Amino acid sequence: MASVAASPGPSPPPAVPVPRERVSSWPLIDRVCYWLCWITGIGLCVIAVAIVVFMFVKGIAYLRPELFVKSPAASLRQTQSGGFLDPIIGTFVVTAIGTAVAAPLGIALGVWLSEYRSPRWLARIVGSSIEILAGVPSIVLALFGLLIVSKGFLSFLSQGSPQGALGESFLDAGLFMALLAMPLIVAATYEALEQVPDRVREASWALGKTRATTIRHVLLPSIRPSMAGGVVLGMGRIIGDTAIVTVLLGLTLKNEPVGSTPIIGTLRGTGSTLTSYIFYNSPAGEGNSHEKAYAAAFVLLMVVLALNALVTRITRGREPGSRSWWSGFLTRARLVGGGSTSGGPEP
Amino acid sequence: MDPLMPPPVRRIAVDRQPNIAPPGDATNGGGAPTTVAHAHLRRPAATPTSVKERMRLESVWLAYGSNWVVRDVSLSVRQGEVLALIGASGSGKTTLLRSLNRLTEVTEGAARSGLVTLDGTDVHELEVNELRRRVTMVFQQPNPFPMTIFDNVAYALVERNGRRRRRRTPEIEAAVVDALQRAGLYSEVADDLDHSALALSGGQQQRLCIARALAARPEVLLLDEPCSALDPISTATIEELIVQLRESIAIVIVTHNLQQAFRVADEVAFMHLGELVEYGSSKQVFDRPRAQRTRDYINGAFG
Repeated sequence: MASVAASPGPSPPPAVPVPRERVSSWPLIDRVCYWLCWITGIGLCVIAVAIVVFMFVKGIAYLRPELFVKSPAASLRQTQSGGFLDPIIGTFVVTAIGTAVAAPLGIALGVWLSEYRSPRWLARIVGSSIEILAGVPSIVLALFGLLIVSKGFLSFLSQGSPQGALGESFLDAGLFMALLAMPLIVAATYEALEQVPDRVREASWALGKTRATTIRHVLLPSIRPSMAGGVVLGMGRIIGDTAIVTVLLGLTLKNEPVGSTPIIGTLRGTGSTLTSYIFYNSPAGEGNSHEKAYAAAFVLLMVVLALNALVTRITRGREPGSRSWWSGFLTRARLVGGGSTSGGPEP
Repeated sequence: MDPLMPPPVRRIAVDRQPNIAPPGDATNGGGAPTTVAHAHLRRPAATPTSVKERMRLESVWLAYGSNWVVRDVSLSVRQGEVLALIGASGSGKTTLLRSLNRLTEVTEGAARSGLVTLDGTDVHELEVNELRRRVTMVFQQPNPFPMTIFDNVAYALVERNGRRRRRRTPEIEAAVVDALQRAGLYSEVADDLDHSALALSGGQQQRLCIARALAARPEVLLLDEPCSALDPISTATIEELIVQLRESIAIVIVTHNLQQAFRVADEVAFMHLGELVEYGSSKQVFDRPRAQRTRDYINGAFG
């Protein structure tokens, strides 16, 4: 093909069509696996579409505008059991606390693991700890958390006396949600930094810049999409989690502030989130109002899908404009085919 | 390689006495690391007044782990001259170059013995970032930062009083423009200073990297095969630039392009397998190489 393009003749000869490879010429085992791949792929699409369509149909049917503005109320009559204003606020607050704690810590840890990692043994231990943390089921994390935050000296996070705290509040839940989200943020930051070629760091060092300056002005700006992607993934994890809410948020229908200080009172108080509201209203819970569960589940799904779309947007958004700058080098050098953050076709 | 060298594109105007004093033990291999070769100190002082020694290497040995990649090299880097390090791949040129601003240290297990001085001070006694600001480096691959052209150069400016560089003061602007002009890039990018540096061509990117390295107001500029990834026209531009710059800063260039060394260098050091085989003026090394290995390399017998 290259010789065709380079020929200086008056008009290039027509390109020869590339013969299509026939699957039927493959060995049997390859053909079986090939079709299995097709079936799995299509199956996954069907399931994903089914969930969205089902929730859409059910959710739209039961969704009423007033659900968004009314607080839930304990009532056997569904017309009086209110909406899910408080759970929406609860989800928002927990996510905000969790992200506010996890994002700076996670990014800092990712940077340290990639750029400093000294002493070596500590970095290894930290790396393994992050992996363990990523694998801990959230209910285990929640139980462990309850053990800690019910200590009296942490009663300022919820309510209680120096002898013992309730251990259930937005602050408590938010803090342990941060632990849930942190591994994702650390991994995203770390992996993005590992993909930055060393010659970029050296270029900055060779100008007499310190490591810290290099990180702040060169490395972090260039991995911003990956970091944002990690943070949004962590937010998704927090929004979708039920176990920590169940154990550490008190599961009161309404958000119950402690004391009279407006914001701090709410943060120290108990409440619920969309996930726990869905559980409460599902046939398994006490509210037993599947209509509201469907409506809330629809809202939750939409939020999560929107976040997913945001991740895709952020992590891919840079490529067309200022095209992923080092993936350009790497793909040209045939070193990688495009990593997680810099995938996609060359523009 | 063609044994017949092309005629020099430009030669230095200064007619200096040929340097015939070889470093004492450089040709017989690095058998005795303790013998410091001070030969370059004994030779007659260079005639042009503008030539001034900035960096000196005294029997430098460099290792990665237990693997010695530079053996007993003694050299002198002078302002007003271009020093070219030539030699085949794996001869330790780049490592030697990187040791000048202590970039070797970022590689794990790198070790050095011998002395590298900048204006008489051991580089190990200088604060490392201070050293690297005075001795900046341009790499083989153009590596602009993913910022605008302006920010790429402004980044290299020395920060004063911890003020943020983001703010464009007239002085910063003037310094950036000056660096771009010295690198011969300004006329091409004057209207695009706010565009991404990654949109430039390879040759422009490399000149931007040179501008960046110059913006730090270095005293020594290290160039690690700066043209190996570039087309002939960009190469010619950069070579012209190097020749112009040597008046104001000391320049060391690593190249395995012999013709390039011939075109730009005043002094040439030929390295082979970590040893300094031959070191002298460009004229002498290319016209009357003393060591057989130099002769073979220049005539294309290996490399």
